[in-house]
Amino acid sequence: MNAANVWLIPFAPLIASLSILLLGKSRRAIASAPAIAGQVIALTMSIFAFARTLRAPGYREVHNFVWFNFGDQSMQLGWMIDPLAAAMLLMITFVGLCIFVFSIGYMADDKHFTRFFAYLSFFSAAMLGVVIANSLLLLFICWELVGLASYLLIGFWIERPSAAAAARKAFITTRIGDMGFFLGILLLYHKSDTLLFYDNGHGCLENAGLLLLGASATAIALLIFCGAVGKSGQFPLHVWLPDAMEGPTPVSALIHAATMVAAGVFLVARLYPIFSAGAINGVTTSLTIVVWIGVITGLIAALIAVAQFDIKRILAYSTVSQLGLMMVSLGVGGVTAGMLHLLAHGFFKALLFLGAGSVIHGAHHEQDIRGMGGLRGAMPITFATYAAGMMALSGVPLVFCGAWTKEEILHAAWRWPVSHVPFYLVMLGVVLTALYMTRQMIYVFDGKRGPAAHESPRVMTTPLIVLAACTVVLSVFLTPAWPWLDHYLLGERAHVDLWKIFDQTILISLLLVGAGIGLGVFFYREALRGRRQDPFQTAQPALFRFLANRMWLDELYDYTVIRAARMLSRIADWLDRYFWDGLVRLVGLLGQLFGIITKTADERGINSGVDETTVGARGLGRVVSSAHSGQIQTYLGAIGLGMLALLLLYAWLA
Amino acid sequence: MITALILIPLFGVVMLYLANPRNPRRIAFVTNAVSAFYALMLWQKFDVDLAKVQLIERHTWIPSIGAEYALGADGLSLLLVFLVTILFPFAFAANRMNRGFYALMLVMQSALYGVFTAQNFILFFLFYEMSLIPSFLLIKLYGGKKRDYAAVKFFLYTFLGSVAMLLGFLGIYFARSTFDFAQLVDLAKTGPLVTGRFAWFVFAGIFLGFAVKVPLFPFHTWLPDAYETAPTGVAMVLTGALSKMGVYGFIRLLVPLFPNEFRILQPWLLALVVVSILIGALVAWAQTDLKRMVAYLSINHLGYCLLGLFAIASARSTMAKIDMHAALSGVFLQIFNHGITAAALFYFVGLLEQRRGARGLNDFGGLMQRAPVLCAWMSVAMFSSLGLPGLNGFIGEFLIFKASFAVAASFTAVAVLGLLFTAVTFMRAMKSLFSGPPNPATNAIVDLRAGEKFVLVPVTLLMFVVGLNPQIVLKVFNSTVVALAAVFA
Repeated sequence: MNAANVWLIPFAPLIASLSILLLGKSRRAIASAPAIAGQVIALTMSIFAFARTLRAPGYREVHNFVWFNFGDQSMQLGWMIDPLAAAMLLMITFVGLCIFVFSIGYMADDKHFTRFFAYLSFFSAAMLGVVIANSLLLLFICWELVGLASYLLIGFWIERPSAAAAARKAFITTRIGDMGFFLGILLLYHKSDTLLFYDNGHGCLENAGLLLLGASATAIALLIFCGAVGKSGQFPLHVWLPDAMEGPTPVSALIHAATMVAAGVFLVARLYPIFSAGAINGVTTSLTIVVWIGVITGLIAALIAVAQFDIKRILAYSTVSQLGLMMVSLGVGGVTAGMLHLLAHGFFKALLFLGAGSVIHGAHHEQDIRGMGGLRGAMPITFATYAAGMMALSGVPLVFCGAWTKEEILHAAWRWPVSHVPFYLVMLGVVLTALYMTRQMIYVFDGKRGPAAHESPRVMTTPLIVLAACTVVLSVFLTPAWPWLDHYLLGERAHVDLWKIFDQTILISLLLVGAGIGLGVFFYREALRGRRQDPFQTAQPALFRFLANRMWLDELYDYTVIRAARMLSRIADWLDRYFWDGLVRLVGLLGQLFGIITKTADERGINSGVDETTVGARGLGRVVSSAHSGQIQTYLGAIGLGMLALLLLYAWLA
Repeated sequence: MITALILIPLFGVVMLYLANPRNPRRIAFVTNAVSAFYALMLWQKFDVDLAKVQLIERHTWIPSIGAEYALGADGLSLLLVFLVTILFPFAFAANRMNRGFYALMLVMQSALYGVFTAQNFILFFLFYEMSLIPSFLLIKLYGGKKRDYAAVKFFLYTFLGSVAMLLGFLGIYFARSTFDFAQLVDLAKTGPLVTGRFAWFVFAGIFLGFAVKVPLFPFHTWLPDAYETAPTGVAMVLTGALSKMGVYGFIRLLVPLFPNEFRILQPWLLALVVVSILIGALVAWAQTDLKRMVAYLSINHLGYCLLGLFAIASARSTMAKIDMHAALSGVFLQIFNHGITAAALFYFVGLLEQRRGARGLNDFGGLMQRAPVLCAWMSVAMFSSLGLPGLNGFIGEFLIFKASFAVAASFTAVAVLGLLFTAVTFMRAMKSLFSGPPNPATNAIVDLRAGEKFVLVPVTLLMFVVGLNPQIVLKVFNSTVVALAAVFA
């Protein structure tokens, strides 16, 4: 699988998607087969691509070609494989495959089973395209297709108005960010004359290209970051992500783990040379902004998650919060840490969402955690795997992959020369994460037996087990003792150093996670024994309401930006209907008046002229309609007069 | 050679009246097929690698006023000939009408071929007016509600524009005694065609003529009424082909002939076009009538064409070659893509109107469950129109923005908002039409019929093919772009 053939990886699910659409509704039974096959083929090819990158540390291979010529210029596109792309390819295809398999069970009863798999495959193809792109234009194209796919999938149950609204919100909110991204592309193209990332020393991410950018690198980076803010659900454009839960649960897993939200973080990592261009001590204006956006997002989302009752919404906010964490990591200079957390997050968040799907499926489409409880007995596999996912997300040290990557982010944040505030806020975020995940576990699985529930079929539990195993296995490659993945992405060779495990921060993170889980158990377990009122809600009703209503950010946007835009469009419409058109009618009336005067002067019936005036209000049509029915000579006369005037004007001016 | 192309539709008109068939549409289609065959033959003879005007026919006509019968085609002309050839059968497929309708449409088709190939102003103007009269009659005789008002408004507006343009050209003729395009362009390279303040009157006249036709804000108020009331097929041709006469005039005449005026007016013209782009999209968002919505979006999309042109016109000497080529290529692509996509949107609105008897945004709902195939295909056209990458709309807009950003970054940054508002408009339309529980009033709506699919397959394929491989359109006019860029620089 060399760079020239790497396009086959997104092509496989794309073909799968098309063939499912062509099969049509009638072949329901085999509709999932092409999707699974496409994903398996993509996974196999990704493994080969990954193997190729192991040849040398920091291996990179590109393949560029001319897409089209305009005038005598040409527009080039290209694809590539490097450690960043290969690791993402593996994660997307593997996690995607698990989600696809799970969907066979989850969507079994759905009317539009075939369409669902067609969309899933398309989604996967678009995301794989983002990853292998060696051109910002190609990346943007696939990026927009990811947006389209998410629009289709979030609004999959189109008969539900809420789903349609959520789909629209996702598309428009991300497109707001994409307008910034688009301008960033234009500025970059203008400055560097190429959109290829790597091109034998002439690409825009290579030294010569970066030098061309000069001082505008900051503006380019920030504009492009707008796109990442939209797609990766960063504050203030994060509002679409929790609403995206309207889609079927496997879609949520796909959006929140393997594909869409990963795209923004990936984008920043891919374009890191632009973000860090001209850095002093690893700090640039653009990166500092990335850090603060990440910090704000991470904290806000973690706080909101504590006060949610929808099982999927809690996970959604946790995603937003984790993405903030990744942005912090990228911003403070921990690119590999951020990317590793993205990869690890892909696994355990897919696990959690699929687990939530299994719970919803087993609990007869109940999504409110207050309506659950005691599911541990009824759904043992779901419980065990969910617990693994929860511990990975919370960052329970040693055996779960999320812990090591979180640790590394903390390290990076501590080393940031600008300020230590992000470090402390990230620590707070870690405590909150452990807290709300414990809360969710207790609500869902602990306590008295809730309503009747059943364990999900094998086709759904198997992906859960596989993903849970992965969260543990992956940690082997992430330990500080043998940080193989870390060095793979950095392009170095890894060394074994067992002592590194016992770093001082491991104690800190043990303490933080312990505090979070401990507090969670302390608050919720006791409180939930008796009544089902949330203890936090009892203690701080006002604050709880503030958080439960998502800080009223949606309402704020509704009343400000959306209202204003809507108003603008109404005003524009009104002006168009009455003002501009009114002006035109006025001119028309003046013309009419002129016509009447000439008529009078011609003494062709003064009476009719008066009549004309009285019916003049009927519009400008009258005189003209009489004119076009034969009196072309009037026009010719007008032209003649105009020519005369022109001649006079010419003689006078020239 | 080209004369034959112009005569074929007129021959069709004669056939319509001689044969007096029961199904006049069949004769119209046959005529279109012959035209298409002929257009392909032209392409065969045309050498895309040559930059100059080809397939020239030149005869003396009225030597006393310098009016020659001069026809010819370069890449841009050929592109527009193709566009017209594709659009007319598509438009015929939209409505079943009587003989007079097809006769008028064919006259219009003939006139359009003439406009896009004429090499002399008098001939150009003749064809220009020849397209105006049938379109006026088509609206007036076959339109919906308010047709008298809309037709007269349309006629007055465009006629006043034409008169202004004619006077402008007469002004040039007084000064330079030629109507030949190539000669005028050569003369303009050596110095201003008309000197002094008089030049401004000439410029204003010609500008007005083309600005009304495109239309450019604030000369656009004829458009919503005309498009709203015109029968589907006519609306398709009005937006797809007739509006391009204005853009074509800007490219062929205004921009090359008036470098000074454009340079001086640069900020004003750019502001006007940005307003046009934004107003088009914003007002479209506020419409509840689908046809009016699509009509306003046409103003928005043609605004991008003018943005590219004004960017070139105002900074031609300082512009980098890559930007110049990007702007011209983008504008040409946008001409073609808007023609296809806007026509398709009107066609879909027509389908919905035929089925439901109404075309308000709120007259539908839950269509996805009644007619999924119709919804899916209509969505393709909508996504194409909102500039989704992978479909045809994106590349042209990208190239235009690339160029205009280099020249006028702040104007472009505002204009990009147009893309956002277009998306908002379509998202709203899709939500109210397709989603939600089915509206009982739409119970009788049937999905796409085989005949309609037959019409839509080629058009939809074209959207995908041009989106994925724009080279097939670009190669028609790449040499022309190089030549025009040299003229402008």
